[in-house]
Amino acid sequence: MELAYTVDQQAFRQEVRSWMQANVPAKPLQSFDTAEGFQQHREWEKTMNDGRWGMVTWPEEFGGRGLDLIQWLIFEEEYYRASAPTRVNQNGIFLLAPTLMEYGSDEQKARILPKMATGEEVWAQGWSEPNAGSDMAAIRSSAELRGDEYIINGQKTWSTRAVFADWLFGMFRTDPGSKRHHGLTFILVPLNAEGITVRPIPQLDGLPGFAEIFFDNVKVSINNRLGGEGEGWKVAMATAGFERGLMLRSPARFQETARRLVDLYRANQESADQDPAIREAVLSAYVQAEAYTLTTYQTASRLNQGGKIGPESSTNKVFWSELDQMMHSTAMAILGARAELLPHAPAAQGVGHWLDGFLFAQSGPIYAGTNEIQRNIIAERMLGMPRA
Amino acid sequence: MNFTFNEDQLMFRDSVRDFFSNEVTTESIRNRWDSDSGRDRALWTSMAELGLTGLLVPENCGGLGLGVVDFIMLAEECGRVALPEPLVDTVLLATPVLVAAGADAQLLQSIAAGETVCAVQSQADALVADADFADKLIVHKAGNLVLLDAESARFQRQDSVDPSRRLFSVEWADDEGQVLAEGDLSAELTASLYNLGALGTSAQLLGLAQRMLDLSVAYTSERQQFGKPIGSFQAVKHHLANVAIKTEFAKAPVYRAAYSVAEALSDVDLHVSQARLSAGEAAILAAKSGIQVHGAMGYTWEMDLHLFMKRAWALNNAWGTPGAHKARLADTILSADYTIGAGHTFASASDAA
Repeated sequence: MELAYTVDQQAFRQEVRSWMQANVPAKPLQSFDTAEGFQQHREWEKTMNDGRWGMVTWPEEFGGRGLDLIQWLIFEEEYYRASAPTRVNQNGIFLLAPTLMEYGSDEQKARILPKMATGEEVWAQGWSEPNAGSDMAAIRSSAELRGDEYIINGQKTWSTRAVFADWLFGMFRTDPGSKRHHGLTFILVPLNAEGITVRPIPQLDGLPGFAEIFFDNVKVSINNRLGGEGEGWKVAMATAGFERGLMLRSPARFQETARRLVDLYRANQESADQDPAIREAVLSAYVQAEAYTLTTYQTASRLNQGGKIGPESSTNKVFWSELDQMMHSTAMAILGARAELLPHAPAAQGVGHWLDGFLFAQSGPIYAGTNEIQRNIIAERMLGMPRA
Repeated sequence: MNFTFNEDQLMFRDSVRDFFSNEVTTESIRNRWDSDSGRDRALWTSMAELGLTGLLVPENCGGLGLGVVDFIMLAEECGRVALPEPLVDTVLLATPVLVAAGADAQLLQSIAAGETVCAVQSQADALVADADFADKLIVHKAGNLVLLDAESARFQRQDSVDPSRRLFSVEWADDEGQVLAEGDLSAELTASLYNLGALGTSAQLLGLAQRMLDLSVAYTSERQQFGKPIGSFQAVKHHLANVAIKTEFAKAPVYRAAYSVAEALSDVDLHVSQARLSAGEAAILAAKSGIQVHGAMGYTWEMDLHLFMKRAWALNNAWGTPGAHKARLADTILSADYTIGAGHTFASASDAA
């Protein structure tokens, strides 16, 4: 156990910090759930890639730096310290890319990863269907292989980023007689293909952050199948592992929220202390954000030594999503009667971003597998309790 | 940066876990309740033979010369079996303080040999656990740290909710005992003792949480209602998933606190209090959820769950209440000159500023 950074790691941190200082846009970008904001975020991805900062853990041949997970955590810490823009391509870089590294052919990696890295191709996810939400094995959208093409029919929904994205990855039923998690195949679909209709769904903040997608005889080359036919569930589980596990929500994000919450509390301590529960929550926010960080460093160290991410990754998703919700609720409590003001309201005086965060935090316990599903997974796969 | 234990540490943990699972059964603990001392001296000798009692004793005094990080998972194992004997107090609390106070080699040798058991008082007037089983007591008087022969003190037993706990109020004549440290050194060692005590308590709470979780999983997987194991019901699953989550995220803070104590980092107080709060919450939730999923059986004397539950309730207020640790935490993180946030977690270990 050596809980100190090496000289190289400290130098790396300085390198990231300098680049961020020089390159992070001074003015926050518009929401990537607007057409303009999406374009701004796409350009930021290109800027990142030009500096070879797009995805530092990727191999150098795909625009990465071949760094390990501890360096990735350092990178993330500097990224959030610099208040750099949220990654518009997180579906691609954090979820699809690790799955591609494991299951993709050389041709697929070479074709997909570089354009993902530059932001030229932004990815959406296609898991949920109207009757397949938490019960993902109930997927009915079909893909029928004819020659060297799949013909896709059906409907996906709650597809995050799909309104402005270029590609979608998801699971489709390739064996019409199959049930549950058998007979599913993981397919990558260009969203500009003929027969696709994308219908935006306004989210809680009124912006079209997700969409429903209709497939009407959409033709997709067999080259866009990831893994073998009928292996979709296995491939998807790898993606879900990354999502719940390490990559999607790095600890730095929550540490920065905890830091801002402490600042907010100190600036409003007199009124906040009228409710002792606020102080208690502020302290707990710090303790939990640090616990998440320490636990992630522990996992990263283990993975660096060849360990694998296991079912305990489900504990991560529950932990950070409920922490995020708690921190934003506490901020709302401190802001009191001003908490309801939208960021552009003149009297919001620069605190309106807490409301944005509060609204978004409501989705945390739902997306990427609801926390109820995660608790089932923890109970059954980590603790070995009997299945229902 | 490497947040893992090495092979030796993991193997030592495994062998101690095996040893405890054979030697410290719940049946053997119940037998101790009916004995005078409530303690097993033969077990203490076996632990000494394994090198446990001398783990932190320097090699030239017959010990293994290992450190706090080497012991932390073993303290967790002590919690897992609700060990009644004061191994954590002797090894993790008394030994480093005796070494730092320049105690004579003979005393350290006899600790390593298993001949001397130590009990440690957390602050002046506090009740002392295992004062009667111990040979030497580390106590506080008038700002001094005092080493006392158990024979020269008077004890009054104070029964605890945990039948395995042996708590005593201790009195001794002014001319008894040897001053281990006075003045600045006493203040310094008292502060370090508080952190060691809170750290040892944290590790035991972590082990207790895991044991209660294991017992609860086993019970709910067996017990049938409505024709099924009750552990197949989501309401029961989610109770225990919550315990698993709390426990999972208490581990790294406890191990990091051990590292900070070992390295005497400037943020050690903060790190120990974080660990103590996280581990205490995990153990208290494990107790609350454990008794709930055991149903009426959980409320019985017969079921073993209460051995661990009661230890958790007792230890959660030992070596600083959660309130005291929150106050200490608040002093640091709410102060204007302390920087928190991304990149500062290991700041005192290597300058990240």
